[in-house]
Amino acid sequence: MGFRNYILVCGGTGCESSRSDQIYHALIDEAEAQGVADQVQVIKTGCFGFCEQGPIVKILPEDSFYVQVKPEDAKELIAEHVIKGREVTRLLYNKAPRKAYEEVEDIGFYKKQQRIVLRNCGSIDPENIDEYIAAVGYKALEKVLFEMTPDDVIAELKTAGLRGRGGAGFPTWMKWNFTKQENNPVKYVVCNADEGDPGAYMDRSTLEGDPHSVLEAMTICGKTVGAHQGFIYIRAEYPLAIHRLEVAMKQAREYGLLGKDILGSGFDYDIEIRLGAGAFVCGEETALLQSIEGHRGMPKPRPPFPASKGLWGKPTVINNVETWANVAQIINNGGEWFASIGTPDSHGTKVFALTGKICNSGLVEVPMGTTLREIVYDIGGGIAHGKKFKAVQTGGPSGGVITEENLDTPIDFGGLQKIGSMMGSGGMIVMDEDDCIVDVAKFYLNFTVDESCGKCAPCRIGGKSLCNILEKITQGKGEEKDIEQIQQIAHAMRIGSLCALGQTAPNPVLSSLRYFPEEYEAHIVDKKCPSGKCKKLISYEINPSKCIGCTACARKCPVGAISGEVKHPHKINGNVCIKCGVCKETCKFSAIEIH
Amino acid sequence: MAKLSLSELHEIRSREERNLKKRDIHGRSVHVVVAMGTSGIDAGAKLTLNTIADDVEKLGLENVIITQTGSAAPNPEPVVEVYSPQSGLVVYGSVDKEAAHRIVSEHLRDGRIVDDLRIEIKTKEQ
Ligand SMILES: Cc1cc2nc3c(=O)[nH]c(=O)nc-3n(C[C@H](O)[C@H](O)[C@H](O)COP(=O)(O)O)c2cc1C
Ligand code: SF4
Ligand code: SF4
Ligand code: FES
Repeated sequence: MGFRNYILVCGGTGCESSRSDQIYHALIDEAEAQGVADQVQVIKTGCFGFCEQGPIVKILPEDSFYVQVKPEDAKELIAEHVIKGREVTRLLYNKAPRKAYEEVEDIGFYKKQQRIVLRNCGSIDPENIDEYIAAVGYKALEKVLFEMTPDDVIAELKTAGLRGRGGAGFPTWMKWNFTKQENNPVKYVVCNADEGDPGAYMDRSTLEGDPHSVLEAMTICGKTVGAHQGFIYIRAEYPLAIHRLEVAMKQAREYGLLGKDILGSGFDYDIEIRLGAGAFVCGEETALLQSIEGHRGMPKPRPPFPASKGLWGKPTVINNVETWANVAQIINNGGEWFASIGTPDSHGTKVFALTGKICNSGLVEVPMGTTLREIVYDIGGGIAHGKKFKAVQTGGPSGGVITEENLDTPIDFGGLQKIGSMMGSGGMIVMDEDDCIVDVAKFYLNFTVDESCGKCAPCRIGGKSLCNILEKITQGKGEEKDIEQIQQIAHAMRIGSLCALGQTAPNPVLSSLRYFPEEYEAHIVDKKCPSGKCKKLISYEINPSKCIGCTACARKCPVGAISGEVKHPHKINGNVCIKCGVCKETCKFSAIEIH
Repeated sequence: MAKLSLSELHEIRSREERNLKKRDIHGRSVHVVVAMGTSGIDAGAKLTLNTIADDVEKLGLENVIITQTGSAAPNPEPVVEVYSPQSGLVVYGSVDKEAAHRIVSEHLRDGRIVDDLRIEIKTKEQ
């Protein structure tokens, strides 16, 4: 007799940190204890993308989507759902059981998504190579080893129009072709899994949920360009992804899908992992290669490009994790298929890590050309706590803000560039009315200044000066000439920096200046922060007509800044107040206002 | 584990594919629901469920989803509901082992409603 139920437990980093591993074991133990171990299979999968609601447990064939599950719930899930066939309503995402024969329908979060890169995340066990093989895994490699010539592979990628997902969007087939044409017996293949963009975790989740998809693609590339060694450069802060990769590589070697004479084809290929210390600049390809070689990770001038002179001076293909994860699908389904998804400018899908002030934060994969409105409202469920949408930052510290007026712009490489942002690696941070745009720009600049390798003066000094100016503005000491100065420094950084870190570092400031000039003006001229974020520019005041003199705020204030008699309006002493906001939270009569 | 030859890889794929497919419920249009309330179980619903599940597996009916429900069912139990786009909702009563075999081969495989096992129920809220 086969299994009656399949229980998929999310084993992504997000859910594991809220004890999904214990849930997994508790479910197995309970199934055993309640005598149904032979009827249910418990499987630990990769991230479902819906990390906000984790830990996620999905039970098939009912397709019951349980959220925020605790290990203690295992008993009830087995007793009620598996044995009695009754869904545990309180744990269901939509809190309502589905009629047994209703069409299986995705919840809103998944409706507009299309999963190519994340196709196996949340549905197979990433530590079991057999499941990957069952999900059409290693079939593309088979094709490449036995049926296609290297030129066929490159032609297929060209038809597909796959562009690099690491940020720059360079056509993948061209990179492969350059390296292929190099006449050198030693060549290398590198996977960029540095993922330094704050808030981004697309690559981590892909490696955790479907490591073989990257191994298979790198092997395909090796065969195509004539390389026999691959490297995965991954930050040491990703222990789970590293573990899953190690397990996957071990299993692939045991099956002879890595190593000598793969599948009897005569082709030798293996992959090694190299750990990075997590410096943002080491994600830049030339710095990354230096770091693999054991040198300090500093960018080098290009050309020469890695495709001709890369690792140890040998021709090297370097691609991003998400780029790799598309390759086997393209070989299996054909370039035409891939090209039919997305927009004329950008084919396929893109994975975004949606975070910030959004209801459903998580990992989403959508066809290129999806609008930001669809991502924020239809998938993301809108802004949290009923606040007003302000902007979205894409492209991380190299990108810019997208505002209300551009919410309907189809998202692709060209479209984002046109509105002053960029695709970047896929971080997407949503801001609401409480976020101060100057403060956000300051955050990103501080990040790039910290992460600059210091090699070029414009990046090193220019970045610091920009930070200082922004700091001044948020302190209420801004002057009108500051704006002009920002423009000048930005220009110098753009033309004078060696790598894209320095060249693009001013983008967040420039883009926020472009879309929110009035907010900069308010800070500089009126010395006010409209969103009430910049502490130096605000004051807490009690509205005497609303204050009933309950004394609640006075008792809570940590510095004793509030005085007043019972049943009489209170007053805040601005010289003592440290602007912690506690009084405002405490007051039940909304008497405390920010000015 | 030995290094795989191409045909061994194919073997693993087709074997595992079958297992993986069982988890994929999208596009499966025929739903069978076995009422497994306390009274249903007393009446032998467990055997009914197992029989149906085994037969479906044996016949390789891939678009069938079998689930159970714990809610009360109309008499006579055990009760099995079959829903398919062609036949709509059909409710069977007194489904013992023999009846279960027939439901699978006649209704699920051949698409013929098993009239003599059918019970009428007052329009169940849907
Ligand atoms: C400062 C900086 C950081 C970068 N970080 C990453 C990164 O974390 N991951 C990544 O794949 N590419 C990163 N890149 C882009 C890489 O240099 C390179 O373009 C990419 O690995 C190429 O792969 P692709 O063509 O598949 O996108 C970064 C670039 C710069 C300038
Ligand atoms: S631009 Fe900045 S990060 Fe890039 S090489 Fe120059 S100093 Fe280093
Ligand atoms: S903001 Fe904080 S310090 Fe200032 S008055 Fe309120 S409670 Fe006191
Ligand atoms: S880690 Fe579990 S849903 Fe993302």
